[in-house]
Order: sequence, then C-alpha cells, then structure tokens
Amino acid sequence: MNSNGKLSSMEILIVGAGPAGMAAALAAAPSGANITVLDDNIAPGGQIWRDGPNASLSAQALRLREALAHCTNVQVMCGTRAISIVGSHALLLEDANRGWIQHFDTLILCTGARELLLPFPGWTLPGVTGAGGLQALIKAGLPVEGERIVIAGSGPLLLAAAATARKAGARVLRVAEQASLGSVAAFAAQLARWPSKVLQAIALANFSYRTGTQLVAVHGGQHVESVQLRQSGQISSFACDRVASGFGLVPNTQFGQLLGCALTTAKNGTQAIKVDSLQASSVPGVFAAGECTGFGGAERALAQGQIAGLAATNQTKAAQAVGPERAHWDAFATQLNRRFALDPALRQMPQADTLVCRCEDVTHASLTQCNGWTDAKLQSRCGMGACQGRVCGAAAQFLYGWLPPTPRPPLSPARISTLLADMTDAPQHQTRTTSHQGNCVTPDEHAQPFGTSVA
Amino acid sequence: MTATTHVEFALDGQALRVPAGTTLAAALALRDHGCARISVTGQARAPLCGMGICQECRLLVDGKQCLACQTLCQEGMAVDTGVREVGQQ
Repeated sequence: MNSNGKLSSMEILIVGAGPAGMAAALAAAPSGANITVLDDNIAPGGQIWRDGPNASLSAQALRLREALAHCTNVQVMCGTRAISIVGSHALLLEDANRGWIQHFDTLILCTGARELLLPFPGWTLPGVTGAGGLQALIKAGLPVEGERIVIAGSGPLLLAAAATARKAGARVLRVAEQASLGSVAAFAAQLARWPSKVLQAIALANFSYRTGTQLVAVHGGQHVESVQLRQSGQISSFACDRVASGFGLVPNTQFGQLLGCALTTAKNGTQAIKVDSLQASSVPGVFAAGECTGFGGAERALAQGQIAGLAATNQTKAAQAVGPERAHWDAFATQLNRRFALDPALRQMPQADTLVCRCEDVTHASLTQCNGWTDAKLQSRCGMGACQGRVCGAAAQFLYGWLPPTPRPPLSPARISTLLADMTDAPQHQTRTTSHQGNCVTPDEHAQPFGTSVA
Repeated sequence: MTATTHVEFALDGQALRVPAGTTLAAALALRDHGCARISVTGQARAPLCGMGICQECRLLVDGKQCLACQTLCQEGMAVDTGVREVGQQ
C-alpha cells in the first residue's frame, strides 16, 4: 500500500462513503496516507448503493466495498455523523456512543445530495415519503407487498423508486413526471451517448409512467388514502396506500460552507460546492467530489472521487487523466438537469394552510408574508428546527426565491456530551497527527443549542 | 430459519419481530400508523426522507434520541415514539 513512503503520515478525512467517497479512498490509498471515511448511514454505498435486507447491490458496488475492506490504511466509520468544524483542520464527530474530534491534513467532502421535497396539501400525512426515501426505506426492510403506490415529482429517480417498489411486491399505480413529454423524449433521444444509461432506462421502463403530470393533493385521515394528480388540466384520483414524491436532488453543501468553500450555482439552479479540474475547492486542502458539487449521477461521482483521491495525494497527472471520463458524465448531467427542469407552476402546489417547515409547523401563508430568510426565522422559526432547514430551505428557494441561509454549527442535533468534546479536545481520540491539536475553537462558539440562531 | 435471522424488540411496549438488518424506520410500518413522533402542533409524523436528513423519524431508543432511519433494529431494544394515538391535531 505505501509505495513511496512519503505520505505515510498524512491524514485524509473523507466525509461520505457513497460512490464518490469510496472512489476517492481507493484512489488515495496506494499513497500510504492514513485515510478515514465516515458516513452517517449504517453501511457504505451512499444512497444509490444502499445496503439492507431488501437491497441487491450491483457487482460494481460489491467490488468497491471489497477493495476498500482490503486497504489496511483505510478505515470506514459508518453510523458516524459530522457535527461541526473545529478550527481549520478538524471535525467534531458523533456516533451512537460518543463524540470526538477528528483531525485531518486533507479533507475530501463527498457529502452527496438530498432530495428536493416540495410541499403540497397532505404531504405531512404518514405514508407520504420522498421518492428516494421510499426506495431507501424498502431496501432497509419496509414491507410494501400488495400496497398501492403512486410516485410523483421529477427525474429518473422516480423510475428507479418504482422499480424497487415493484420488485418488493407493490403495485405502482402511477409514476407522474412533471416534465413534458417533449422534454423526456429529448432526454431519451440523447441517451445513446451513454450506452450504460440506455440499458438502465430499458430496465426501468414503466407502463404507468406519465409526463406533464403534477401532484395536486394527498388525502387521508390518519394515513394516506388517496392522491389527486393533474395532467393536461384533468384531475384524476387514485386510492392508494403510499405516495412517494421527489423533485430532483439538492447538493449537501453545509460542510463546505462552514469551512468557507465558495459555492456555485449548479445546473438545476441549486447551490453546489465550487471545484476546479482537480476537484479542489476554494479552500486549500479541501476537495469535493460527487453530488455535493452538483447533481449528476453515480458515474460522474466515481470519476470525481477518483480525481479527488489522486489529486489529494499529489498524483496530479493520474488525476488529469480521468478528466475526459468526468467530462463525459458532466455532459450527461447537463442533459439531466436541462430536461427535468422544474415547471414554475409547481410553485402553486402548496395551499395557504400547507406546512412548508415540518420541524416548526410553519404554513405557506405565513411565509408568503415574509421578505426573506431572516424575516421568516424571526417571525415563524421556519428553518430553525431539527433538520436545520435542509428540507424547507431548498423548498423555500424554489417557492420564494430565497437563497438558503448560511449554515451554522452544530449542523445536526448532537448530544451535549459531544459538544463538550469540542471544548476539551481529548487528544487520545482518533488522532494520528499532532500538528493540529489545540486548534480548538472557543467554547462559546459552539455552546449555543441548535435551532436558536438567526442568520 | 435460524434465530439469528430475526430480531425481537419492543416498540412502545409492543413486541415486534423483524428480519435482521431492518432499520427502525422500516419496522415502524409494521404498526398500523407507522409514526415516529408528534410535531410541535400535535401532528403524528412518519419517516419521510429515509436517509437521515429530515429528522421526522426521531425517537427514543433505550432512552437515547435517534433517527429511526439510521438505526438498526436490535435484539431487546426498547423504542419509545411518544405516539399514542394518531390523528390528533
């Protein structure tokens, strides 16, 4: 593993063990650097290669997992959440049992993306999930056999979720894509440039797929009972057990922002971490790869991860050689984002009493009276609950045009004992280098409980 | 099937048996309403994002706050959702 011996004391921390993080670790491993990959989920693989009792992992995913397990200088820590940054070269981490500070020389952010969940009447009813959310829950063991499911929103993820649901024995009554038939047909016509995607598309083909179809409302007493969809002005109703809805993906940029990384506007209008041709962010020693640099799929994430891992270990030439592969998948991402662009009419989905912020139960009506994020926080506590605006922040950007507020630590709810670890910076925890110890922020900066800050 | 292929635990005092490797968020659906928590205005909520983002599935496992979607069901765990009755507004 350590071929040149030069980097053996270098600490590389990779946040996120999806395709980008796994590829980055594998590309960096031959340098001999000490590599830690952390992920808040139970197993590596990210969302696309999520493992579980009802998951069947692809050969590629299994191969990468096995290769990682064989790297003695790579430690994969699942069930571990990054809570905050500590100075410029350490993160505050938490798992089920403890909190600690993890130092690094080089950081590679592979924090992925989350689903864009847009509010519509009834979306808080039990039985409504994200589209990727439904897929994740089924893989994790959610029994859906015999259930009637309607999937709505936008993007190829809808078809992937439908395929997972059907395989698990559900009846997928409708897959409602908001993009027009023309857009989807134009996307399909371009697919020949990415042959592996044609095969995927054929595998996912679905007779219940409808374009130009939007969600109107979900109804039910204590659980989903029916959903209304609108196609060409006609409203149709479906009695169903579950509704899964997602409108594309939003890059997870929070850690990059805390570290001071510059953002860019991704092709679908969301914010993403800005990177150069070697996946370096604007902050020295911090790289970013995969969906956190813009929504583009697993193949693009693998190429970016590989580049980041190589560049982080000074293998610049090898990193540059992956450039054409990345460009190939960047072009796919461009098509994806262009053809599944969201119809502005979706802004009419929420009604006055529809909740937009599910943590603080803030309605659409109360937010339409606000003139921006600060006002919304002061008036309503919107975005100040447990999810820290991850759901409503992206929704409000689409609905009201408000740029998501700058994230503040802690980025996730954390135990008090974890926050105290930040103040005591116990050097025995997970620290192989000593150069950055004592690089601890003052206690006051982290003492505030989450959800009380106003941007 | 051997005993190790399933785990048994208590959800709000009710015994549940699920295949090993099932997350708590997936297991919640075995109960009629499938809910994890009560919102600030009293609405019962169930898992939404399934991947550790939305925090809708937070509940107590052996007295500790957890996200059900990032917690595996384990033999003997005691889960408390605080959801006694669904439909309260």
